[in-house]
Amino acid sequence: MTTLVDQPPAAPAAGARPPRRRVRARRRRIALPYLLLLPALALELLVHIVPMLVGIAMSFRKLTQFYIRNWSAAPNAGLGNYRVVLDLDSAVGRELLHSFGVTVAFTVVSVGAAWLLGTAAAVLMQPVFRGRGLLRAFFLVPYALPMYAAVITWAFMLQRDTGLVNGLLGLDGPDAPFWLIGGNSFWSLVVVSVWRTWPFAFLIVMAGLQNIPQDLYEAAALDGAGWWRRFRSVTQPLLRPVNQVLLLVLFLWTFNDFNTPYVLFGESAPREASLISVHIYQSSFVTWNFGLGSAMSVLLLLFLLLVTAGYLAVASRRRRVDA
Amino acid sequence: MREPRGVRWTRRAVLGFLIVFTGLPLYAMATSALKPLGDVQRDWRWFPSKITFRPFADIWTTIPLGRYFLNSLIVSGAATVLSVTIAIFAAYAISRYRFPGRRLFSVSVLSTQMFPGILFLLPLFLIFVNIGNSTGVALYGTRLGLVLTYLTFSLPFAIWMLAGYFDSIPKELDEASLVDGNGPIGTLLRIVVPAAMPGIVAVAIYSFMTAWGEVLFASVMTDSGTRTLAVGLQEYSTEVQVYWNQVMAASLIVSVPIVAGFLLLQRYLVAGLTAGAVK
Amino acid sequence: MGIRQIASAAALALLAVTAAGCGGGGSSAGNPKELVYWASNQGTSLDHDRRVLEPRLAEFTRQTGIKVKLEVIGWPDLLNRILAATTSGEGPDVLNIGNTWSASLQATGALLPFDDATLAKVGGKDRFLGPCLAATGAEGKPPTAVPLYGQAYGLYYNKKLFREAGIEKPPATWSELVDIGKRLTRPGRWGLTLQAGQVTENAHHAAILGAQHGARFFDGTKPTLASDPAANAIKQYLDLMQVHKIVNPGNAEYTDTAKSLKDLADGRAAMFMNQASAGSFQAVGMKMEDLGVAPIPMPDRFPPGGRKVNSFVAGINLAVFADTGNRDGALKFVRFMTSTEQQVALNKAYGSLPTVKDAYADPAFQTEHAKVFQQVLSGTAEPMPQVPQESQFETAVGTAMKTMFADIAAGQTVDAATIKGRLAQADQQLAAGG
Repeated sequence: MTTLVDQPPAAPAAGARPPRRRVRARRRRIALPYLLLLPALALELLVHIVPMLVGIAMSFRKLTQFYIRNWSAAPNAGLGNYRVVLDLDSAVGRELLHSFGVTVAFTVVSVGAAWLLGTAAAVLMQPVFRGRGLLRAFFLVPYALPMYAAVITWAFMLQRDTGLVNGLLGLDGPDAPFWLIGGNSFWSLVVVSVWRTWPFAFLIVMAGLQNIPQDLYEAAALDGAGWWRRFRSVTQPLLRPVNQVLLLVLFLWTFNDFNTPYVLFGESAPREASLISVHIYQSSFVTWNFGLGSAMSVLLLLFLLLVTAGYLAVASRRRRVDA
Repeated sequence: MREPRGVRWTRRAVLGFLIVFTGLPLYAMATSALKPLGDVQRDWRWFPSKITFRPFADIWTTIPLGRYFLNSLIVSGAATVLSVTIAIFAAYAISRYRFPGRRLFSVSVLSTQMFPGILFLLPLFLIFVNIGNSTGVALYGTRLGLVLTYLTFSLPFAIWMLAGYFDSIPKELDEASLVDGNGPIGTLLRIVVPAAMPGIVAVAIYSFMTAWGEVLFASVMTDSGTRTLAVGLQEYSTEVQVYWNQVMAASLIVSVPIVAGFLLLQRYLVAGLTAGAVK
Repeated sequence: MGIRQIASAAALALLAVTAAGCGGGGSSAGNPKELVYWASNQGTSLDHDRRVLEPRLAEFTRQTGIKVKLEVIGWPDLLNRILAATTSGEGPDVLNIGNTWSASLQATGALLPFDDATLAKVGGKDRFLGPCLAATGAEGKPPTAVPLYGQAYGLYYNKKLFREAGIEKPPATWSELVDIGKRLTRPGRWGLTLQAGQVTENAHHAAILGAQHGARFFDGTKPTLASDPAANAIKQYLDLMQVHKIVNPGNAEYTDTAKSLKDLADGRAAMFMNQASAGSFQAVGMKMEDLGVAPIPMPDRFPPGGRKVNSFVAGINLAVFADTGNRDGALKFVRFMTSTEQQVALNKAYGSLPTVKDAYADPAFQTEHAKVFQQVLSGTAEPMPQVPQESQFETAVGTAMKTMFADIAAGQTVDAATIKGRLAQADQQLAAGG
């Protein structure tokens, strides 16, 4: 996170000005950065911060269908909603925990795979070869495809009796595997998610590689370092800052992904692939119990905040040690 | 520099796998769009039994595809322009000034990326409705509401990427411009923005794609007049009939201009990311 | 500010205005000459619905001078849109709701109650079919809507396959159905097709079979899902795939009606329990002379407390949004849509059943098929539980059944104890939600 960790450059020096205008100019200079930030700040407040605070307030209320027409009349639930969703002896709490587990596993596997594929493709496509530009463009197509189109095509391919996947694997008849229900649905979700996100990893790593000065490789080669040594001692360390950001962004996007499971499975995802975003959607938008749904979302947010803060702390400490 | 043979073979294997992996759904999409409905509903065939272009004609009447496409273009386009513009100003402040609250701003804006959409979808909707009732500016059910929503989705990442890019532009350029009598805004617009063009294009592509694919908010905040493609494409499947061939044909049609534009601009995207985000 | 800044600011403002223009589908805002109507998706596509409805609406405008702004909304969106309208008070004037949602939506207070005075304005209570009117909200409260399209379940079967196998008449009991199903099942063809991956369909069948087994899913408004009769009912339904093997395990991923319709049309399945859907069969290429329909079977012997039910009262209700600015116009529209003439025209177009008695005189509803559905609807159909938690009930039970079908398809065994465990879990979910 360059802007968070690096020291900012100093403000541009103001030119020499006559003394009587200096005060006004100084005031303007102090106000200017805030003015520049104002539109961004106002919109973030409007669309993110204030609604989120309202959402947090909702989590303390018993906001069921009886009250959605007049929210202010909803009775105070105190910590009641949290007690329900955290009660592991009840079905609601157990299902939430299950869904959380599925989401963590899904995020780890698919971010890992997307990152690995992206890095592998970017590194292997570093040297110039015929058709490289074309291939690079081709690999970016999934990222540019409208989300719905991409995922619905996968849903089409993953049908058991009439899908391409079983056709490709030569599996049909009574023993053909299911991909949209049961245990395999988790892996279907991973594959679709990776298909959509790896090009982004590819793009970012590719850009990162272009920043590595060529002479570093040449120097390493002169020292007799082989391909693998060069990768380990030049490419990898210089890509680390890129990877730090990339992994964090991929983690947040994947963890909060709603669109992929929703389009792939519809409103009710199989239990094995029940991601937390869809689970919360079901608990609030299908059953119109927004107090409970908000309590779940707030817990999710707390978890993400903790992970991100921990990650950034570790990342910046390592950077300091390295430097 | 010579490569060991192992690397060459690994490259062939990995890239070969990725070509198949990337290409399969594209192939399924393209061939299914050319099949009659009866064909796509039955066992998968690698080649259409009969090629038909009817789906490409039917897609326009089954749903108002043209209107949805236009809505998506307007919403994503407007969100992109506004997001990039606002991000340029904010990123300039962060890159060139030191002021109390700078760090707080950066951290809190970036942290909005963590908010689960489900948590603030309904409150946001209510706020829009209330703004509409009290000021007369209709945000619910209009494109404007969607534009404001989407632009803030891409804003954090856009600010952060552009600030990184601006950092890479030598401060001496700014100073020279200030000495020439340009104000800070003039300097930003005349010196920094032109120098940061690749970064700006990269951010614009990112913003556009973010708005282009969003489903959850669009499904609650639009009506039939303002519906976007991401939501509208779902209308090819009803309870009793799923027009798979039309879904595929429509997906193909709406993807072509986006993919083409994206590929035309991808060089900037790489260049922009190179100097900005990933430094 | 220089010229360029001003120019770009102007461009931005222009952009914002363009983006803001158009759109805004809110209610008529009190204009007595205008109504906003949200129609649900009844035809084979939203476009089909528009083609059916627009001439009707034009007729209404001709009669009353009131213009109707129509928006047809697909099922995945409709509940969210109603939710948005309910929370904000900005919605249509008149809207369609699934009749199973009646009690849930009644609880929100967002819909205008049809008390006797209001009912009188749309032509009075007695015009409507009794069972349909029973599915318009909680008992003892004024209806939250009036019935618009009537629906009931029937057993569709492929006459040609039956004939070829020498089967003369459709099954009347479950053991006959299983027997016929087994005779018709052979490689590449199955006796019966189920939408086993569809949450609400599963819940509907649980309710129908539950009634035959004597289950009551609610005691007042308290969920009592985990009963033996309910578990037995669900077991009987699952066993069509699990034990009798007359259902393709592949049906476990059927999440829409389309695939089952197609299976029947193509002769890949011989029977299918569905709501009246002749038009949809036609759309997927069914030879209509081969399509037969019969009531869903009854038990050979009713268990204690079992009720003579083989459908729930399905269909669509027409509601008036409480915040409408044009209540008079809205009620006029309701009266128009439920008039005998429009009921005949609309239900003929959709293949559904009129909800007013007089409309049945029309020859369109004297066909063999229509009579079967009509008898079921008026004689052996029971409304879904009219409680505010109905949609939670459908989601919880339907999802549990979907999961169990997936388990069966994967080769696992689902026994009565498992089913009861799942139902107990659903009970807890409902209790927490209430």
